[in-house]
Amino acid sequence: MAQLTFREAIARGIAQEMRRDPTVVMLGEDVAAAGGVFKGTVGLLDEFGPRRVRDTPISEQAILGAAMGAAMTGLRPIAEIMFSDFFAVCWDIVVNEIAKSRYMTDGQVSFPLVIRSGNGGGLRFGAQHSQSVENWAMMIPGLKVVVPASARDVIGLMAAAVRDPDPVVFLEAKALYPTKMDVPDGEIVDALGVARVLRNGDDATVLALGSMVPRTLAAAERLAGEGISVTVIDVRSLIPLDTATILREVARTGRLFTVEENPRVLGWGAEIAAVVSEEIFYDLDGPIVRITTPHIPLPAADALEDLAIPSVERIATTIAKALSD
Amino acid sequence: MTSTQTAGSTDLARQVAMYRTQVALRAFETRAYDLFLENLVKGTSHLSLGQEAIAAGVAAAMAPDDWTFATYRGHAHTLARGVPMTPVLAELLGRRNGLMRGKGGSMHLTSVTHGVMGSYAVIGSHLPIACGAAWSAQYRGTDQVAVCFFGDGTTNIGAFHEALNFAAIWHLPVVFVCENNLWMEYTRTSEVTAVAHPAADRASAYGLEPILVDGNDADAVYEVARTALARARAGQGPSLIEAETYRHGGHSRADPGTYRPDDEVEAWLARDPLPMYRARLAASGVGEDELAALEAQVADEVEEATREARAGEQPGEDLLFADVWADGGSAWRN
Ligand SMILES: Cc1ncc(C[n+]2csc(CCOP(=O)(O)OP(=O)(O)O)c2C)c(N)n1
Ligand SMILES: [Mg+2]
Repeated sequence: MAQLTFREAIARGIAQEMRRDPTVVMLGEDVAAAGGVFKGTVGLLDEFGPRRVRDTPISEQAILGAAMGAAMTGLRPIAEIMFSDFFAVCWDIVVNEIAKSRYMTDGQVSFPLVIRSGNGGGLRFGAQHSQSVENWAMMIPGLKVVVPASARDVIGLMAAAVRDPDPVVFLEAKALYPTKMDVPDGEIVDALGVARVLRNGDDATVLALGSMVPRTLAAAERLAGEGISVTVIDVRSLIPLDTATILREVARTGRLFTVEENPRVLGWGAEIAAVVSEEIFYDLDGPIVRITTPHIPLPAADALEDLAIPSVERIATTIAKALSD
Repeated sequence: MTSTQTAGSTDLARQVAMYRTQVALRAFETRAYDLFLENLVKGTSHLSLGQEAIAAGVAAAMAPDDWTFATYRGHAHTLARGVPMTPVLAELLGRRNGLMRGKGGSMHLTSVTHGVMGSYAVIGSHLPIACGAAWSAQYRGTDQVAVCFFGDGTTNIGAFHEALNFAAIWHLPVVFVCENNLWMEYTRTSEVTAVAHPAADRASAYGLEPILVDGNDADAVYEVARTALARARAGQGPSLIEAETYRHGGHSRADPGTYRPDDEVEAWLARDPLPMYRARLAASGVGEDELAALEAQVADEVEEATREARAGEQPGEDLLFADVWADGGSAWRN
């Protein structure tokens, strides 16, 4: 057991896979010599050398295009897009090339690659470096999407992503980089598409993802003090989506809340709300409530950013109010 | 081939093969056009009529396990690597016996077993992808080279420039081939491009030699491709070839291409790569009977492919949900 930060877990997760499989390679801007702008890849260049850990020019299309071409010819690249907002400059490669090519070619090619990216707010970086884009990725047929919420899960889900034969978008909540936890020693390997129940309660089921997981747990703790007991589920993987766990818990508790950092419209909770409404409507005891960042670009000022992204306070009061209505 | 053959006759055999490829591409594209007019080719199609010498010359210089990355104008490059006509034509017709069983269509021809790693229809996007394949060859220490075809208009999109720089700094075994047919869709590329030679004039920006070649001369194309492939295999990095050519027809579908001046079209039709090459072979001593026999064989091949493609079944719902994921399915939830 070792205390590990979320950012240190990234390097450990990647190293675990690179030691195991010589076809795993890594590329991105400032990932090698500098160890990443968020220090997520420190030490990898030293251990694996410049053949496997490569700095690139500021060429997001080339980074992801290269990852794709390498993946279809025998390598398992891990590519980094520094800030997930920048997916907008290489979205064609992600959406039209990587996501569609297996289907278009009748399965002739596979893309075992991982695209890591720093996602979301909390750093007061302003609108172009802070958006939570998990809903962009989720809506694209052909992409798998995982969002770890803890240092341990960074390692386990990174292993699952690297070993998966399909392209995986791996979103790292920037707000979580400094968070610490005890992580077991040795290899950690999870499966994609498995949600985790973090807390059991009877009054409602609350789904959270990435940076919203610790806040939701804190809100659940507060609610417990007010006599409200909620189940908290870390969704972990948007595609594949563990609807079995979600539907089971929502049916049991009768209420569903989602806590989402992405902007409201067509955020990930919208699809889950639709699935729940279609499939277990009569198990619901009240409306589904989504707690999200509003449908606005993120402001920079700390006071404003804190108002925009769901806070422990907003999560707790929204749930308490909805359950008392 | 017999041991008594000289280098000269080996060259001649290759030239005859390149002529055959050009004849086959011409016949296939002509048939594809006719079937489009019959409403049997669905959606769209972009023909290489007039540009056959580039596909034939480059493919002849490639090793069997080299990779082709093509565009929506990719029938020729796919066939030139040895993919049979029937599955290509059936794919254009949207049939189950198509190359991708109808899931890709004319613009996305792919045959991994022939080294055709896909045809891409978002301008420029496949240049970085070709870099990735080249990187993989370099990393794994294979001798493979990625060859990437694109048009003149494509030199103005960002991915072109990202890929050229990327290939240059990593010394990647990739050969970029710009088929300069002077036109984008309906706009003359020179009207929207800062330099006269859209690819060659950009080469120096990436530390590469400018390479201009007559794209209507399969021998000339073969020679520059051979040199570029050898450089790539020797670890000397990428090349950027600009092959000057002209499309005989319109951009796509049934476009008559009337936006082009008559004298320009006439001048290029007078430089049609096929009759020029046929005359060269005849002058080198290839008999009329041999050339005519080869042409007749190709004509039969096209007829047979047409029959087989037309007879192909429609793809069914079993294919609709297949192969989104590597497990063969499309499930996004449990
Ligand atoms: C990003 C993008 N923009 C526009 C188009 C539409 N489009 C298809 S072909 C084409 C012209 C391309 O010209 P060129 O590169 O010269 O190739 P050619 O068709 O002449 O072979 C355009 C604009 C596209 N497919 N992708
Ligand atoms: Mg053109």
